[in-house]
Amino acid sequence: MSSAPRHESAHLHVSGRAHYADDIALPSGTLHAAFGKSGIAHGRIVRLDLAPVITLPGVVVATADDVPGDNNYSGSAHDDPIFAQDRVQYAGQPLFAVAAATHAAARRAARLVRIECEPLAALLDIRAALAAGSYVLPSRSLTRGCPREVLERAPYRLSGTVVLGGQDHFYLEGQIAIAVPQEDGGMLVHSSTQHPSEVQHVVAHALGRPLHLVTVQCRRMGGGFGGKETQPALIASAAAVLAHKAGRPVKLRLDRDDDMLMTGKRHDFLADYEVGFDADGRILALTVMLASRCGYSADLSGPVNDRAVLHIDNAYWLEHVEVVSHRCRTHTVSNTAFRGFGAPQGMVVIEQVLDEVARRLRLDPLAVRRRNLYGSKERNVTPYGQVVEGNLLQPIIDEVARSSDYAGRRERIAAWNATGPVIRRGIALSPVKFGISFTATQFNQAGALVNVYTDGTVLLNHGGTEMGQGLFTKVAQVVARELGLPLSAVRVSATDTSVVPNTSATAASSGSDLNGKAAQAAACAIRERLARFAGLTFGVAAEQVRFHDGQVRAGDTVLGFGELADRAHRARVPLSSTGYYRTPRIEWNNTAMSGRPFFYFAYGAAVSEVAVDTLTGEFRLLNVDILHDVGCSLNEAIDMGQIEGGFLQGVGWLTSEELWWDAQGCLRTHAPSTYKIPTASDWPQRATVRLFEGHPNHEDTIYQSKAVGEPPFMLAISVLLAIKDAVASCGDGAAGMDLCAPATPEAVLRAIRSLQSSASGSGFT
Amino acid sequence: MSRHSREHQGAVRFLLDGQLVCERAVPCTMTVLEYLREIRHRTGTKEGCAEGDCGACTVVLGELAADGSRIEYRAINSCIRFLPTIDGQELLTVESLQDPDGALHPVQQAMVDCHGSQCGFCTPGFVMSLFALYLDDPHPAREQVTQALSGNLCRCTGYRPIIEAGLRMGDYPRPARWHRDAPTDPQRVAALQGLRRQEPLRLQGFFAPHTVDELAAALTDAPGAQLLAGGTDVGLWVTKQLRELPDLIYVSAVEELRQVRRDDTGIRIGAAVTLAEAWRVLAGAWSGLAQMARRFASPPIRNSGTLCGNLANGSPIGDGLPVLIALGAQIELRSGAQTRWLSLEQWYLGYQKKDLRPGEFLVSVQVPPPDPRTWVAAYKLSKRSDQDISAVALGAALRVEAGVVREVRLAFGGMAGIARRAEAAEKALTGAAWTASAAEAAALALRQDFQPLGDMRASSAYRLEAAGNLLRRLYVEHSGAGPVRVDALGPV
Repeated sequence: MSSAPRHESAHLHVSGRAHYADDIALPSGTLHAAFGKSGIAHGRIVRLDLAPVITLPGVVVATADDVPGDNNYSGSAHDDPIFAQDRVQYAGQPLFAVAAATHAAARRAARLVRIECEPLAALLDIRAALAAGSYVLPSRSLTRGCPREVLERAPYRLSGTVVLGGQDHFYLEGQIAIAVPQEDGGMLVHSSTQHPSEVQHVVAHALGRPLHLVTVQCRRMGGGFGGKETQPALIASAAAVLAHKAGRPVKLRLDRDDDMLMTGKRHDFLADYEVGFDADGRILALTVMLASRCGYSADLSGPVNDRAVLHIDNAYWLEHVEVVSHRCRTHTVSNTAFRGFGAPQGMVVIEQVLDEVARRLRLDPLAVRRRNLYGSKERNVTPYGQVVEGNLLQPIIDEVARSSDYAGRRERIAAWNATGPVIRRGIALSPVKFGISFTATQFNQAGALVNVYTDGTVLLNHGGTEMGQGLFTKVAQVVARELGLPLSAVRVSATDTSVVPNTSATAASSGSDLNGKAAQAAACAIRERLARFAGLTFGVAAEQVRFHDGQVRAGDTVLGFGELADRAHRARVPLSSTGYYRTPRIEWNNTAMSGRPFFYFAYGAAVSEVAVDTLTGEFRLLNVDILHDVGCSLNEAIDMGQIEGGFLQGVGWLTSEELWWDAQGCLRTHAPSTYKIPTASDWPQRATVRLFEGHPNHEDTIYQSKAVGEPPFMLAISVLLAIKDAVASCGDGAAGMDLCAPATPEAVLRAIRSLQSSASGSGFT
Repeated sequence: MSRHSREHQGAVRFLLDGQLVCERAVPCTMTVLEYLREIRHRTGTKEGCAEGDCGACTVVLGELAADGSRIEYRAINSCIRFLPTIDGQELLTVESLQDPDGALHPVQQAMVDCHGSQCGFCTPGFVMSLFALYLDDPHPAREQVTQALSGNLCRCTGYRPIIEAGLRMGDYPRPARWHRDAPTDPQRVAALQGLRRQEPLRLQGFFAPHTVDELAAALTDAPGAQLLAGGTDVGLWVTKQLRELPDLIYVSAVEELRQVRRDDTGIRIGAAVTLAEAWRVLAGAWSGLAQMARRFASPPIRNSGTLCGNLANGSPIGDGLPVLIALGAQIELRSGAQTRWLSLEQWYLGYQKKDLRPGEFLVSVQVPPPDPRTWVAAYKLSKRSDQDISAVALGAALRVEAGVVREVRLAFGGMAGIARRAEAAEKALTGAAWTASAAEAAALALRQDFQPLGDMRASSAYRLEAAGNLLRRLYVEHSGAGPVRVDALGPV
């Protein structure tokens, strides 16, 4: 048990007293709402027969015609209608919403509406979209050196395809918003959102009102993972339109199936690559065609795919490289942000390439990985021109390889597999290098407000949102530390667009970096005022006033922080301050894809061991060793939670979580009965998870810490590689392998079969 | 009938935080979750999926044991459990656990100290699953903890700190209220005994008979009525399909149907016996069923749902069917005063079609007693180990004498519109020497037995290939030639 400060809401979570949006006591007269959705992937709307519903007493219906302002919830490309008009573009797309006295009544009423559509041809997957040249955004490319020329000359060459499935966020709390009309045209919205300011903008535009009339609040989310960055704007704006029309508060909470059908997911990807390498497994040149399924609209697909391109290198020096990135438009739900934001997909590609190279040369994949790592003084510039500073890859890999006895276990595993058992074992080590900062520079800023009250208690508000990641706890720790107060003296209030305005999404792992610094600035401003006041009052220099443990020491005088606050207030010293922060040193030319998009990198590595059933394709994760870099941890328990949780979420993405659409483009895995995220017994029986200590962030981040939200997710790539390692033992050891992710039993068995049949065939070398 | 019982005949009565609650005005298909959140405004219990698959809604029900001496506290999914079905029981929610002075229960404190919550939305459900385990065994082994938690999904933590909380919860001082002796607390036991009904509960659209005769008569009177037991399927008709249900006849108040009887004719499991109890009995009789027992749904589902409900539902992917067909189960059907027996495999005529007459219902399922000469195995293939629905399931009973297969029953789920035996494969094996090539031949013969469909769980090709491989596994496992299950291994 860690003695680190507990999550600020832990005592509320365990006793059921933590309030989520669905738990807020509603004003009387509140209506409950449900969406009406398209049942087909692509079609022209012929008729929307609302007659069976509008005649029901107490029922209010909203369609595109009822949106007083802009019928759009996209924050980027203006291509996401709140309610579809003329045309439906994916199965599950909302056409209207119904509000009624109860949730059940609204859901029933929504099913009464008769939707008539004329079906149109639908593009459902990446290959189909590529063939049709169907894109949501222009393709982009990043090239360094002369990859094609070098490929031609390379002593060894390989080509292959990597197929990666998508992933549903499966936050336990589904999407929800409550819109409460206020006086004078105002609208108060409680939204489960990572991005209250975007919800504010979308609701205001939908209602055709200025921003100052719309307030959005979020105390906490029951999980976000990127799924509540852009998606909540749809829920909130539909609730607001209904509330506006009904003149009453409206709560819109999605049933799980609706949530999974209607909201975007992690992009599935396809990558065709060609790699040239030498006899030691050093990559000489690499070309990659990346294509992702973006769905029907752009949403965040631009930056998601950019990040995939920017992480194609992961930990490795690629001297000659070309990446082409296609953003495919399909008639499926519009894919969106999800922990890692495209980087996991890019990183799986390079890790699979290295694995294939190692197998082809019959080398230990770890040896090949080591030979290709970024250096510290040379071979240290990314394809987009950023110098890799503070490189911890080598020491982390050395340490975790040693502590996990990678070499010894690889030998024992080879010996086990050599006897040809039904159950094969596999092991793999994979590193992570993840760039921290939004690639859209404008988002790298934050604001905070700190109020000190005359009893010495502190109320903190900042632009970040709490989705379970412990941001509120970490930022409260910062304020407590700056003011020399116990953590219990600092309370964090709900994120509120009327308190701290114009905020960024809590995303890109940046929450504590940005808001921690902003809150620090606010707290410091107050502390300096108080120090000045105490200095004057007690006759010492302001710099000599000390704040510690709830006490203030000014020369020989010691008084409680509350007493000082009270005296300062009486002396008309302001006890409230805003704070602001913008990330330094970043500059990014988005058009040329070059510059320094990232303030710094976070590093880590994992060693995973699995057992694979060669008869059924089932696997178990038996053992994992993780060593992860968080700089100087702000809160070790919270950081461990992010690492472990991110890792297992990644394992789910790469193994059991399969999104399955039928031939008509309808998602058939839209509930936990069919979509399988990991359970408790999927956490390995042996796990050694450690923070990489003694390496403060070399950049000036809050107390030299590092962001931790996303990077550990990609430690899970080691599990996919370990499965491949086990599967490879079924062939001659050097054959290429097509193992798609998710590595479901079916996918694993297929890979085993193809190896066995190619091994028994003639002439494959 | 006393005046007292007449008054309460038309009201659902249960204990909540030790207080008697009497509800007469709620619809009979209102779920316990809806009741807690919408009527009582007890919002600690969460809705995550409304289909019993995520565990955010987990509450604990206390029910008098058959002998009336103690209370059995079990975790269930409140999101699909209809309120009238908790009549006579004690309902505990996450708000119930703290001591009167506000101190957190050891389970809650352990969760706080182990950093077991992140977003916190799933946490009340985890707390309640751990709490049920705590009352049963405050010092469980790791396997018990992961088992108890297999019906609860957490998307944030990776589970390690929650498992740790489960392992440490017994180290805390004994709480004032909900300690290990609570299930035998005389006051609590007496309170529940006081809720026992003389006359059946009868509500608008809901009837809970006490005897099989009453049940038979009610169904004869209203052949269109819907039978309800644990509601782990029927609940979804309401929460997901938004169906208006016909009148409900609740079978689980019939004491006789809650019995498991063993005699020399076999083991007879009544229609209201929960999956938890039924699988405990079956796995106790046949050790080869232990893994299936553990992997069938989740503890909260097994605590509500019934084995006979699984059979009567008749889904081709219900795991109870292939196992019981392999065991040679017979079913007891009753209609009015008539009783008939049928072998289970004959009951299924086609997809969603059974040999069931109007007004007829399943009374019990009976399996022959274990025969030491017969080896029984059950395999389940799914994307996730715990709490998943099988892509393919196999129940196998095999008698090998002097190296020759004397008798074999192979029943598959997920391979056809009904769960059924693989006749060609059985024929290939029967009388053959029990060798790897015999298993091979049986695997090939499966292609005559089945042309499975492909769906979101697996393709047709995988089902066919993996089903054949399960026969290969059967041979390797039976011959003891090495581990054949991934969960049998530890790390190197």
